Amino acid sequence: MSLSRRDFLKASGATAAGVAAGGGVDLAPVQAAATSLRIKEAKVFAGVCPYCAVGCGQLIYAKDNTIIDIEGNPDTPHTLGRLCPKGAATIQLSNNPLRPTKALYRAPGSDKWEERPLEWMYERIAKRYYDTREQHFIETEKNKDGQDVTVNRLEAIASLGSACIDNEECYLLSKLNRTLGIVYHEHQARV
Amino acid sequence: MTTNLIDIQNADVIMATSNMAENHPVGFQWVMKAKERGAKLIHVDPRYTRTSAAADLHVPLRSGTNIVFFGGLIRYAIEKNLYFRDYVVHYTNASFLIDPAFKTPTDLDGLFTGYDPAKKSYDRSSWKYQLDGEGNPKRDLTLRDPNTVFQLLRRHYGRYTVEMVEKVCGIPRAKFEETAKLFCSNAGPDKTGTITYALNLTQHTNGVENIRALAMLQLLLGNIGRPGGGIVALRGHANVQGATDLELLYHELPGYLPMPLRDAHPDLQTYLERETPKGGYWVNRPKFMVSLLKAFYGDAATKDNEYGYHWLPKRASADAYSHQHIFADMYEGKIKGFLADGQNPAVGGPNAKLARAAMHKLDWMVVVDIFLTETAEVWKAPGTNPKDVKTEVFFIPAAPAAEKDGSLTNTMRLIQWHQKAVDPPGMVQTDAQFFCTLAHRLQKLYAGSTKSRDKGFLAANFTYGAKPDHPDMVQVLKEINGFATEDITDKDGNVVYRKGQAVASFGHLTDDGKTASGCWIYTGVVTETPDGTLTNKADARKPADDKDYLGHGWGFAWPANRRIIYNRAAADLKGRPWSEKKKLVWWDPKAPGAKPEDKPGKWVGLDVPDFNPLLAPDAKNGDKPFIMRSDLVGGLFGPLNDGPFPEHYEPVESPVTNMLSKTQINPVVKIWTVPDGKNELAAVGAAEYPYVITTYRLTEHHLSGVMSRYLPMLAELHHSHFAEISHELARELKIENGEKITVLSPRGKVHVTAMVTNRFKPFVIDGKTIHQIGVPWHWGWNGIEKLPGSRGDITNDLSATVGDPNVYIQETKAFVCNVKKGVV
Repeated sequence: MSLSRRDFLKASGATAAGVAAGGGVDLAPVQAAATSLRIKEAKVFAGVCPYCAVGCGQLIYAKDNTIIDIEGNPDTPHTLGRLCPKGAATIQLSNNPLRPTKALYRAPGSDKWEERPLEWMYERIAKRYYDTREQHFIETEKNKDGQDVTVNRLEAIASLGSACIDNEECYLLSKLNRTLGIVYHEHQARV
Repeated sequence: MTTNLIDIQNADVIMATSNMAENHPVGFQWVMKAKERGAKLIHVDPRYTRTSAAADLHVPLRSGTNIVFFGGLIRYAIEKNLYFRDYVVHYTNASFLIDPAFKTPTDLDGLFTGYDPAKKSYDRSSWKYQLDGEGNPKRDLTLRDPNTVFQLLRRHYGRYTVEMVEKVCGIPRAKFEETAKLFCSNAGPDKTGTITYALNLTQHTNGVENIRALAMLQLLLGNIGRPGGGIVALRGHANVQGATDLELLYHELPGYLPMPLRDAHPDLQTYLERETPKGGYWVNRPKFMVSLLKAFYGDAATKDNEYGYHWLPKRASADAYSHQHIFADMYEGKIKGFLADGQNPAVGGPNAKLARAAMHKLDWMVVVDIFLTETAEVWKAPGTNPKDVKTEVFFIPAAPAAEKDGSLTNTMRLIQWHQKAVDPPGMVQTDAQFFCTLAHRLQKLYAGSTKSRDKGFLAANFTYGAKPDHPDMVQVLKEINGFATEDITDKDGNVVYRKGQAVASFGHLTDDGKTASGCWIYTGVVTETPDGTLTNKADARKPADDKDYLGHGWGFAWPANRRIIYNRAAADLKGRPWSEKKKLVWWDPKAPGAKPEDKPGKWVGLDVPDFNPLLAPDAKNGDKPFIMRSDLVGGLFGPLNDGPFPEHYEPVESPVTNMLSKTQINPVVKIWTVPDGKNELAAVGAAEYPYVITTYRLTEHHLSGVMSRYLPMLAELHHSHFAEISHELARELKIENGEKITVLSPRGKVHVTAMVTNRFKPFVIDGKTIHQIGVPWHWGWNGIEKLPGSRGDITNDLSATVGDPNVYIQETKAFVCNVKKGVV
């Protein structure tokens, strides 16, 4: 009997399906109980795996603003609910004690990070962008024939990343960099 | 990727050139499905992997010799008459006549016509078609004229014999013939084959020509645009396709529009004239470019100011600003400030030692990432005294996908929306929040500026929705999609789009400023009714079924939700499927077609036609499927910076001399000169670096390790950083499995665990034994303290700053090293 995971989930509770999948051991009630406990009172959201570019559909279960489980979405036509070890570990990108949740600053020559308010960070970063742009902006340049051409180029700031961020974010970064005149503008596709 | 993962199941033969089972495991199920249906799997890889274990044939070849292998297959397909003749004659430029002055490496010892050794570049003036009196390319449909592309190709690859393949690649003759027969025999009206690739082919100083070689083979066998055919490009990051489409790349603007060059593009009119071809779909480029400028600069972009064209930066040169240029130029002090957003070049890029030394020279750096990467902590790098690093560093914690709304474009051009499940914790920012907030702060600093150079930036909008610091991602996607900037009416005065309404198709974009679109190829991902109801098709979730195996109701594949591109080629000249078994898109002469009278005749089928749906096969150009090319046919002859046909050159670092010609390495290769010995290269056959080394990835880790080394579920799965070496090499060097070894290159060294394995076997190259080793590259000095194996030396300290002459990608798949027992 050929049984896809999606059929199995749909049939959860059906003893015959459990017998078939479990090779004679009736797993269906266990499966059903585990499934209902895990998602009890949780809200489910449609996710996409953030690792490689196969783009496996995920189901993200959240309760009290915390992710409690992430699994493959069996409806996804090109992945059919499967996840690899990385996709199956996605929850630890969010729920992870090693994850910094504060903005950090390292002064020139310092050997440590210092916590700083976001407001302070944004002001300071903007000032560094502004000063660097003001000092190094190239407005016109001679072309190969010796004529002046408007080039409006900023070569003193470089930008890298990212193939890990969303399309909308990539667009905003392209728009920000290009409207500022930034030309060193790259991401992982180049390497 | 020309096709779709789901469609791999329709292949009769699959040639995997990457390690798909381990690097794209969930996609690999479609290869297994094809096998269940009778397909054969060939795995071409120097190393035996889980992909090889599933294969009917494993074909190891020495890294860096792909063009000899593909060239050998091209020669085999032609000489054994296995190419798909009707397809080749009508759907490719095989029949086109080339300028008689054009000569190939067969005549010029490894060079094409026009090489200038002083400039290390080609004068490409003879690399062109012969034209008739009306300016159309001359053709010989018999393919017999010696100046046809077909005959030139045949002659060029005449040198790529089975003996040459054996000598250069190290593939025994019988094995190569078995491979060639298996792949090339599964072609024609009833059969198709597909080829997968990943960075195994791109990370070379002839990376682009590698891809061209496999594309040419697929054209010769009639495998493009057909079910079970195509080219399966397997990308490594969740959104490397999207970040490319939206052009986080120095050389283009969103939607594959060239980034203006100072000398070539002094104004918008010159830009459009030079970059708009006379034929093919790119004749519409002005509509896409003007719509992009409107998306960037809004109402400030007007016809009178060339839609803000001069606010865009103009590049000084085409040979500048790439990833490798960044770190070479940063090391020389040219770059003062740096943003690393979701990228970890201290580990992940070539010559990582140079990258770290370069970052030490910056005035300031901003890192936005989920974890504290080695890039953020570059001042803590081993061997570095933080006191000596004067770089001011800002770290902004970032949110992973589960904590934000947005879309990702997967390897098959499929745009999929993900929903925010929880709020990011603490001060964590989404990348969008960071960009918009930074833009707002900068606009405040520039407020009141009357300088013309600041006007474009001040005009650009970074507010989407009601909360400026929480941008509404659907509104950003709508701007990418495109919308009307004023009411647009038809010739009878009826409103087609009201002002602000999303545009439904890139065919509706205009070059008069009436539409704005941030990336024309994405148009259609959002639709909107006149009363403002938006539908986000990236968020569509209808599973596939028997009637629609390609799953058109799940997400939105650019362009226009087409799942297999160039699919006009799935039908013959008259529009009929080549065979019942391989039908996909065909001309239905009875289907209601052109409005308003529903004149019969339309392209129909199992996919959205990648063609004008009403252009009859017998109409002008109705038989030419490759609509994005100006000549509308597949390019067997296709000029790149290093030639119109792929030719084999050895990697920049190689243990052997080139056996095809006296031209040792790509004659137009980019090699950076970096001061202080930061980019030393080994000479050909250098005794101190006798082994070939290739770098690769593992299932349990991700790229530079930022999304795996800090996750216990993944970090515990590998004991330590390691190198795979053959039993034969281990015996020579008296190395035991599991002991520490040192791998050295002219740039640096790493200490890793020896994994002595049968997965590598020495190659016999021109009668001589050549050893190759493999080293994964996921490790850096950060990780989980309690899991020492999550930390390790940086493999990219070994690789060099050298680049392909077309796109400047590095050569991390084939260079040379030495291996020493113990920690030295």
